[in-house]
Amino acid sequence: MTAPLFELRGVAKYFRGKTTLAERILALAGRRQPPATLRAVDGVDLTVAKGEVLGLVGESGCGKSTLARIATGILAPTAGEVFYQGRAVAGLRGRDRLDYLLKVQMIFQDPYASLDPRMRVSRIVGEALAVHKLLPRREIDGAVDRALREVGLDLAYRDRYPHQFSGGQRQRIGIARALAVKPDFLVCDEPVSALDVSIQAQVINLFMDVRARHGLTYLFVSHDLGLVRHISDRVAIMYLGRIVEIGPAASVFADPAHPYSAALIKAIPSAARRKAGFEPLQGELPSPLAPPPGCPFHPRCDHAMPACREIRPELAEIAPGRSAACHLHTAPKVA
Amino acid sequence: MTADIVLDVRGLKTVFHAVDGAWPAVDGVDFTVARGEILGLVGESGSGKSVTGFSLVQLIDPPGEIVAGQVLFGGTDLRAASEDELRRLRGDRIAMIFQDPLMTLNPVLSVGEQMTEAILEHRRCSRADALAQAAAALARVGISSPEARLKQYPHEFSGGMRQRVAIATALLNDPALIIADEPTTALDVTIQAQILYQVQKLSRETGAAVIWITHDLAVVAELADRVAVMYAGRIVEIGAADVVLDRPRHPYTLGLLNSSAAMVEPGARLHQIDGVAPRIDSRPSGCPFRPRCTRSLAVCADVDPPPQAQDGRTLRCHNPVPA
Amino acid sequence: MNDDRLAGPILADTPLREKVLRRLRNRPTTRGAAILLGVLVLLALLAPLIAPQNPYDLAALSVMDNRLAPGEQGMAGLRFWLGSDAQGRDMLSAILYGLRTSLLVGLISTLGALVVGVTAGLVAAQFGGAIDALMMRVVDFMLGFPSILIALVLLASIGRGVDKVILAIVLVQWAQYARLMRAAALVERRKEYIEAAVNFGLPTRYIMFVHLLPNSIGSVLVVSTVSIASAITLEATLSFLGVGVPVTQPSLGLLIANGFEFLLSGEYWIAVFPGLALVALIMSLNIVGDRLRRSLNVRA
Repeated sequence: MTAPLFELRGVAKYFRGKTTLAERILALAGRRQPPATLRAVDGVDLTVAKGEVLGLVGESGCGKSTLARIATGILAPTAGEVFYQGRAVAGLRGRDRLDYLLKVQMIFQDPYASLDPRMRVSRIVGEALAVHKLLPRREIDGAVDRALREVGLDLAYRDRYPHQFSGGQRQRIGIARALAVKPDFLVCDEPVSALDVSIQAQVINLFMDVRARHGLTYLFVSHDLGLVRHISDRVAIMYLGRIVEIGPAASVFADPAHPYSAALIKAIPSAARRKAGFEPLQGELPSPLAPPPGCPFHPRCDHAMPACREIRPELAEIAPGRSAACHLHTAPKVA
Repeated sequence: MTADIVLDVRGLKTVFHAVDGAWPAVDGVDFTVARGEILGLVGESGSGKSVTGFSLVQLIDPPGEIVAGQVLFGGTDLRAASEDELRRLRGDRIAMIFQDPLMTLNPVLSVGEQMTEAILEHRRCSRADALAQAAAALARVGISSPEARLKQYPHEFSGGMRQRVAIATALLNDPALIIADEPTTALDVTIQAQILYQVQKLSRETGAAVIWITHDLAVVAELADRVAVMYAGRIVEIGAADVVLDRPRHPYTLGLLNSSAAMVEPGARLHQIDGVAPRIDSRPSGCPFRPRCTRSLAVCADVDPPPQAQDGRTLRCHNPVPA
Repeated sequence: MNDDRLAGPILADTPLREKVLRRLRNRPTTRGAAILLGVLVLLALLAPLIAPQNPYDLAALSVMDNRLAPGEQGMAGLRFWLGSDAQGRDMLSAILYGLRTSLLVGLISTLGALVVGVTAGLVAAQFGGAIDALMMRVVDFMLGFPSILIALVLLASIGRGVDKVILAIVLVQWAQYARLMRAAALVERRKEYIEAAVNFGLPTRYIMFVHLLPNSIGSVLVVSTVSIASAITLEATLSFLGVGVPVTQPSLGLLIANGFEFLLSGEYWIAVFPGLALVALIMSLNIVGDRLRRSLNVRA
């Protein structure tokens, strides 16, 4: 196996709750809890091989968007290390760091917030090229046109502003902006969830086209399991800041090892299923400010054993290429 | 059968006035909902599905205006009803649930206060009685320790719980009709599954008719007895869920179903519908789906296809997909 | 693949500027105020050309013409349409030049306060942490005092002068812009296009001034139109109290002060006409600014 293109080792991101002066005084007077630490991402190991599509799924608040921002260098991890092409990203400076930032590009969720409303499309797409002087000034227009044509946008619109486009068109502009700097690795954070159903398929097809054309690698973050199953080679399932299962998409979806993966897959609405009298997964996502002890999933798990309440299962290999963090698969050490 | 019809909508048309004309958001919509039936109203943004929902309860503010049609609820035409009658119906016989539960929940009142108020406004009973009813309603939507929850304020609930509270509040007075506008769109799949499960159960138990407005065909497939697909302000195909979803005849319905990732092998190109839905002020002549349709004929450009009953459904198409 | 059809047609153009202008024109009060404001600004600009007399040129004044009533003719044959003051200065000319001084002070000080406040707010929002906390405490401190008090203390210690009045008003007004700018920039900074700029490795200063500034300054600019009026009021107050502009370059406020002592002796015109000009200026500025603020839906 070749060295992975991208790797996360023990990556964690903590956010401290914001406090106002009044809250701090109340906390001192014992009227309120001191601010808790939010463990958005809590020790994630992950590798992405060149050319593969890794799907990352989980419910809102599981930390998947934070993880995507760490991967692209938008956020710095609180702990752990990010490696790109075998080099620790934290140690990169100057040109090397810029190179990493440009090679790892993010596609955002909100087509309305991800484009500067006061910039014309041509400026948005060509901005990084111009500011970093990646191309001579006279070649930038051509590069912008190529990127726009690649995502299926009419060049007649290159001098329009973002508000003049529909959601699907804006998402195409965002993709053109990323493609303009010739990335290797696209981190897509819920890239179609804000789009209409009939537009989603167009954009997903575009993602697959540009991947085939440029040999791109994807980290595809989504809550839509049907989509992830479709587009991913491997899939990672996150729960409360940790990866609970990872493996080849086909085998994970066919035979999920973690009870949470199984519940998620069962909950995918499907047009083929009619008025299913299903018994859904009980309970709510616990607050990441106060995760339950032991396995974070145990309060909602049908298979919970006494050990699950005390010992947090670590991600361990259960079959070649497949790992899960569940005591059902790794006999818990007897305390 | 007809005796069981809760809501009968005929030729409903709602326009939005602009400087350059009145544009129809809902353009001649007919459907019925029966007792204990769940009707899924599916469409993309701008299809008019939400405006339809608001038009049913006459909650259309200027520049919008309902200009034609009848909304027969239990024999009375809601369009002719006075504001007073409507107010009495809403929150009692007709309940509404929105995507954002904070639209119906008051942030400064405890959940118990607003739920008892909702009961006392329409019923004669003691406050203690109302409180007990409210607790029972919360338990019905799967909220544990309802008595304690009644003392809490909306912000103390998570998104999914808040939506459940809104649903419980909507169901307090045993409405005959529930209009739900994308109530699970903002929620996670596991929470959505829980709510779908409970709504289905409640509709079966209480016999309430439900209109579930959503963009998600898959949700409708699991939930609804009947499906209505909206495009550009009109219902292009309506019928029993099994009929419409298993054997779609309208090219748009078929396109929506086929664009799902589940319809092709993993990694294959998805079947996409090209183009975008027309804006309200620039709809094409004839059939509004024509520019995106792969089956369009010459007649489609000239004649807007009228609704026709065929093959167990009502369809608006000159060249339907062969059965 | 038919690209054109795939991406669909472009949405119609709806320029906000036109909508706002249309709404402004549709209000008769606003339209009246806007016309009045335009006339006043034009008069101030053209003062040296249309004023019958240069009120700053002491040689042109004749003490013999002092305290003439409106409409009287002076010794040299000049008609004093709005009367004259104790030095024999034509009130109409003095008001035209005073309008000039008042507007100039109002505009320059507002501009200065904007530059200082917007930069401070932007820096606080961008860097956060201790810098933000410190700057916002300073802002709270500044906004905690009545502005007239701060300006009085400053001017009492550095003396009077147009430049010093401007400095005092900038000092008093920057804090409100800093607070507004910080709030707007904090909202804007959370948006994904800023994250995208970070992802492209764009320099922080570039992101601040090219992305963050133009997208968050709108509400601040709108509020500043109303603030020009309060800057002019503050200048007039300071001048009336005798710590503002120098007597050689009277603003409307100073003219009112000069005429004040003659008010009870029946020579009302020396104070009342500059007063009316000041009221007209401030009211028209306030109405136009407030309407602008409301039609753009900005909360001050």
